[in-house]
Amino acid sequence: MNFSDLFDTTKDLRMHSVPHSQIVVSSRVRLARNLHQKPFPGWAKKSERITLMEEMKSAVEALPEMALAFSERMENLSLLEKQVLVERYLISCEHAQKSFGSALVMNTHQTLSVMINEEDHLRMQAILPGFQLKEAFSMIAKIDTALEERLAFAFHPKLGYLTACPSNVGTGMRVSAMLHLPGLVLFEYMNKIINAVHKMGFVVRGLHGEGTDAMGNLFQISNQTTLGEKEEDIIQRLHVVIEQIIQHESNARVILLKQKSEELEDHIGRTYGILCHAYSITTKEALNLLSLIKLGIDLSLFPADVSHDVNALLIEVQPAHLQKRAQLPKTTTKIRDSLRAKLIRTKLKNLPKPLLL
Amino acid sequence: MFCDVCNTKEATVFLTQMTPGNVKKVNLCASCSKIQGVDDPLSFALTNLLSGLEATDKIAQSSLSCPVCGFSQSDFKKRGRLGCSACYDIFIEGLSVILPNLHRGIVHTGKVPIKIAQAYARASQLEALQTSLAHAISKEQYEHAAHYRDLLEELKKNPPGNLEKKMSPRQKKIDSPIPSKADDLLL
Ligand SMILES: [Zn+2]
Ligand SMILES: [Zn+2]
Repeated sequence: MNFSDLFDTTKDLRMHSVPHSQIVVSSRVRLARNLHQKPFPGWAKKSERITLMEEMKSAVEALPEMALAFSERMENLSLLEKQVLVERYLISCEHAQKSFGSALVMNTHQTLSVMINEEDHLRMQAILPGFQLKEAFSMIAKIDTALEERLAFAFHPKLGYLTACPSNVGTGMRVSAMLHLPGLVLFEYMNKIINAVHKMGFVVRGLHGEGTDAMGNLFQISNQTTLGEKEEDIIQRLHVVIEQIIQHESNARVILLKQKSEELEDHIGRTYGILCHAYSITTKEALNLLSLIKLGIDLSLFPADVSHDVNALLIEVQPAHLQKRAQLPKTTTKIRDSLRAKLIRTKLKNLPKPLLL
Repeated sequence: MFCDVCNTKEATVFLTQMTPGNVKKVNLCASCSKIQGVDDPLSFALTNLLSGLEATDKIAQSSLSCPVCGFSQSDFKKRGRLGCSACYDIFIEGLSVILPNLHRGIVHTGKVPIKIAQAYARASQLEALQTSLAHAISKEQYEHAAHYRDLLEELKKNPPGNLEKKMSPRQKKIDSPIPSKADDLLL
């Protein structure tokens, strides 16, 4: 699989029949693993890093899940390609800055990605659409167990899996879900939610930025502690918290329909007008407006079958995706804003007017 | 207010994190927050930063360096990251001060690699047999003692997989079911 195959595969992260996929956009689980008594990537010499990377890369490529995988050394990817991967949540910002001695191996479905020599020797991630934390965990745990056979992982009887940073030690696991919460944002309820979630030792972050100023009303919730609790227990606690947030968001939407239907109609009608007729639009405005279209779909103001296009747009309107699609060596903000507006107009060409409530 | 990481630019991103019994704040400038990947919670943990800022002092008090990778106290101060897995044994004193602030517990209770789990099981079997053997001898139950000795011999002769091959003579003598150092269980 090469990069252009990968780029052309737009996966719908919200497939039908996926649990709670209206509110939970995606679920991710990441495990950090290191090789026994080998210098961590940030401390290893370049030659050592390359040797270890090649060893790990072949071990990962040999997994049955990685048949026909996309597998590349980071120095062979352009800045733009790396940024596309970041926008799809397939690699971290930190990994995007890597070059010689680091690599990426990813399955064809783009649900499993293994970053080699990021901050740790291995950062392995499973990402699934909808509310599927447990499923994502079993996928990545299977990869982990299979790699154990081939690679000697650093493990301490008391501290568990050893990581470059002590904040990841133990399970080495971070679990996160991306939630779409326009109802809670409209009712200015997010601060309360964020505080309550913090108290349980979890963290909530906006898609791009802190707190309630999240683009697209998208929020990520994740665990911050990794030592002292079983993987299943961390996931279960996070699961319960997310179920509560889903409940609050659903309630907010019901109230919105019952008590604020006029405001809602106005909001969504204006959103429709702007997206279908704008000739220049920033990432932030596009994500915020697309979020309201998504809400409109969930509330049956738009037909459900446009859902795929709208979800794809949430990724495709981001800067690296626009530039890659336009095949331009260089773009400016101004050019991207007009490319973005054009892409949205084209994709939403057949979107009917919102149904009146 | 200046950025806690570079100390030169104006801080524009303010983060707060609550761990049980602890509230931590960190202030970052726009460029440092970008480098730290604040947007992506899976790659960024506030605790990563904090351990780089505060905890370093605790580790810096030790004058040790890691015999495996050469990492020293001052390196941790600079980087907020360790050099290799063996560093955990060398800097365990400083780390045991930091870890309770970062996590909900101080002992791993989750997944154990299969090979290591087998080694644990074998080690505790060995210990149980040795205890029984010693007990039988002290009670002058020589028939029982002979039985335990046979079982012990058998267990030692049949190592689990290739684990035994990698064990040095020192590590063969496991006398505690859960060794206290990572080194005691060669992978
Ligand atoms: Zn700074
Ligand atoms: Zn070391």
